[in-house]
Amino acid sequence: MQAAETLTDSRVEEDLYREFGADLLVVQKCADNIPTVWVPRESLMAVLQFLKPQFSMLYDLFAIDERTRVYRQGQPDSDFTVVYQLLSMQRNDDFRIKVALSESDLHIPTAISVWPNANWYEREAWDMFGVVFDGHPSLFRILLPPTWEGHALRKDHPARATEMGPFEMGPERVAREQEALRFRPEDWGMQDADDDSQYMFLNLGPNHPSVHGVFRIALQLDGEVIIDSVPDIGYHHRGAEKMGERQTWHSYIPYTDRIDYLGGVMNNFAYVLSVEQMAGIEVPDRAKVIRIMLAELFRISSHLVFYGTFVQDVGQMSPVFYMFVDREKLFGIIEAITGGRMHPAWFRIGGVAQDLPNGWESMVREFIDYLPARLDHYEKMSMQNKILKERTVGIGVYTEQEALEWGITGPGLRATGNDWDLRKKRPYGGYEQFDFDVPTATGGDCYDRAALRVEEIRQSLRIIRQCLDNMPEGPYKSDHALTTPPPKERSMQDIETLIHHFLNVSWGPVIPESEGSFMIEASKGINSYHLISDRGTNAYRTRIRTPSFPHLQQIPLISNGLMIPDLIAIIASIDFVMADVDR
Amino acid sequence: MAAELKPVLLALAILLGGVGGAAVLTWWERRLLGFWQDRYGPNRLGPFGIGQVVADMIKLLTKDDWVPPFADRVVFIFAPTAIVVAMMMGFAVVPFAPDVVIIDVNIGLLFFLGMTSLAVYSVLLGGLASNNKYALLGGLRSAAQMVSYEVFMGLSLMGIVMMTGSFSLVDIVAAQEDLWFCFSQVLGLLVFVVAGIAESHRLPFDLPEAEHELTAGFHTEYGGMKFAMFMLGEYLGLMLISCMIVTLFFGGWMGPAYIDHWLPPIVWFGLKVFFVINFFVLLRAAIPRPRYDQLMSLGWKIMLPITLINLVLTGWVLLSMEA
Repeated sequence: MQAAETLTDSRVEEDLYREFGADLLVVQKCADNIPTVWVPRESLMAVLQFLKPQFSMLYDLFAIDERTRVYRQGQPDSDFTVVYQLLSMQRNDDFRIKVALSESDLHIPTAISVWPNANWYEREAWDMFGVVFDGHPSLFRILLPPTWEGHALRKDHPARATEMGPFEMGPERVAREQEALRFRPEDWGMQDADDDSQYMFLNLGPNHPSVHGVFRIALQLDGEVIIDSVPDIGYHHRGAEKMGERQTWHSYIPYTDRIDYLGGVMNNFAYVLSVEQMAGIEVPDRAKVIRIMLAELFRISSHLVFYGTFVQDVGQMSPVFYMFVDREKLFGIIEAITGGRMHPAWFRIGGVAQDLPNGWESMVREFIDYLPARLDHYEKMSMQNKILKERTVGIGVYTEQEALEWGITGPGLRATGNDWDLRKKRPYGGYEQFDFDVPTATGGDCYDRAALRVEEIRQSLRIIRQCLDNMPEGPYKSDHALTTPPPKERSMQDIETLIHHFLNVSWGPVIPESEGSFMIEASKGINSYHLISDRGTNAYRTRIRTPSFPHLQQIPLISNGLMIPDLIAIIASIDFVMADVDR
Repeated sequence: MAAELKPVLLALAILLGGVGGAAVLTWWERRLLGFWQDRYGPNRLGPFGIGQVVADMIKLLTKDDWVPPFADRVVFIFAPTAIVVAMMMGFAVVPFAPDVVIIDVNIGLLFFLGMTSLAVYSVLLGGLASNNKYALLGGLRSAAQMVSYEVFMGLSLMGIVMMTGSFSLVDIVAAQEDLWFCFSQVLGLLVFVVAGIAESHRLPFDLPEAEHELTAGFHTEYGGMKFAMFMLGEYLGLMLISCMIVTLFFGGWMGPAYIDHWLPPIVWFGLKVFFVINFFVLLRAAIPRPRYDQLMSLGWKIMLPITLINLVLTGWVLLSMEA
């Protein structure tokens, strides 16, 4: 929130007024203080093109079904709103464009020509809301199966299976579903053959040992050389955003754990920061440091899994086991502190679930003293291995410019030489008090992406050591009426407190009407939850912007022309989990 | 009568020993890998988990013997047997001890090379007959790998043949009475070990299988006993290559000079083979997999020149010693 204040002095708004006239544009006040401007559809493309030189990254693009939203004061009439969130790294600035659409005319021009990564986002918006992006080359379903009926994130689409008729898989339906699965190269924009050769099509995934989940990529091959590749996602889609509209603010926390399932509390972090921003909750110091310590432990855990599987995917068999041994030790600490392992759901709105247990210092200290020597081993064993270097150096290269165009954040971006790390650039949740470096690399290839994450583990250890040495005393949860679970100390003393406690437990706190998102530097890139409260006990709209989604989209860009083993190395070096892509 | 029966009995013993050895080797390798990788490996059935071997056999034998409807049935069934037969035949010329060899033919070395070359058909045909794209890619890789590695596998041994003056493996062992060839043929040993791993399709040269790239490569469509045959062939190949390395470079059945009489010849042989096998397992645990074209260029650009240099050097030394 400290960082957000620096954004308000942005002059982009003024430039925009001068260029397009203030009467056309409507400004909306958001909880995150990101300048949010409503633009008429007709001038959208001009506005986007005007902003492109300053905002090189299309950070997020999504839609909102506004039809049942009550508290929309000051906003233009809209049935469906398309939101473009832009990020400028040179200016350390954000910008949000909104376009109002009426239900009878859900058409909007595609932004692919301005930012290529708009492609998947627009497909998702069409899939979920039925917004048609005119000029889009492949506007078909991306997350839901091709035979799905309706648009799932619309308010009139049921959220539960029990709200729908019984599901029957009769022979007709089987035939229809089978037919929908048939692979036709033309549908994927591929050719069967050209003048010289006939191509082979290989369906890599969704079940394949090296795609890290249920990720599918259709390959057009000439021998083992990849002519073209088309990633296909959606096999891990679980309707996390839809569930956000159903769960209370508090009970949604465990769902966030399962978005980036290697990130554990890192997901909670992005979510609770966003909610706290809307509710205006200040978190006490001890809770801040505890959160950072846990988040960094999970960053290490996630990077260890990455490290092991990356090395394994280029064929080295053993290291993954060593790294899982380390991760197991780490889970021992997580378990002692939170009671959970991969999905602790431990952060709370306003703090954390519990204070740290007795003896946590010695456990953490033992681990951070133990890991560096192990990392040195791995360095010798894997990263300095000549075969591994030959497999990964110079493979899957993209430049900083390409990374920004395609929405790549996190280690994948820093491997191109850009040192954009939110923990440094916009310290959130207390990171400004810590001393650590942001590793960068210049090659932008698979090797650099891996080496950079290894260095990040060491930096995380530094942060954790500082947490350990400087853990503040005090409460682990904020004394605020909207925190969850609500304070109970006085609930048995007087009826008034008892009623509030009862309501805030059974019903959940009501977050004031507001809208906003909060970016954090998750283990895989920038993660944020764009939340809209309509003065309810649950979110009116939960938009989860995950780093892995754009990362997968640009795979064809860097793998076409290489061989299958290179593609495997590239996939391994991206560090994604499918739940983080499909949500 | 007894003398005539001996090769037959020996052949039977080696046949059973080979199959049994391969089965135990699956367990031993898993235990060893587990030991190196900070985990247990199979340790539940019987002492040290040795019963796992039996359990695996029961499982593989009772699995549905399924041939995919889209596969070329005859070739599909024939492919896994080829590798087992070829590898088994290879053992016929291995001298385990001075008089423990099934046939001591004067072309023993060539016979061994021929048999291991045949084994590649198994992978190739298995890959083609499966009518599966991953299997096809595995088969193609194995063909390319064979073409490049067969060449210098044979050539790497010619230095030994020049020094011994015979292709008979018994003669070759006898010729190492004074000095094992691992000292005088260092380059030959180096190349042969690399080619041997490539020949037995084990990590780091398991490209036809490469589970991270081609799911299971050439045997993607195989299951049950036919899959087990491929595995049997791989482990027999591992044992055969280890036997050959010991025979050709480490003095076969002979112990190191002064302690030769401590143990009977066959035990020396067994010990050495055991060490070589463990070395191969260690390699598997430690080394990443090069890319297909990198493997080829390693073969043609590094291994082949080394072999040729070795050949010329050996010839030059031999001729100058004669003169």
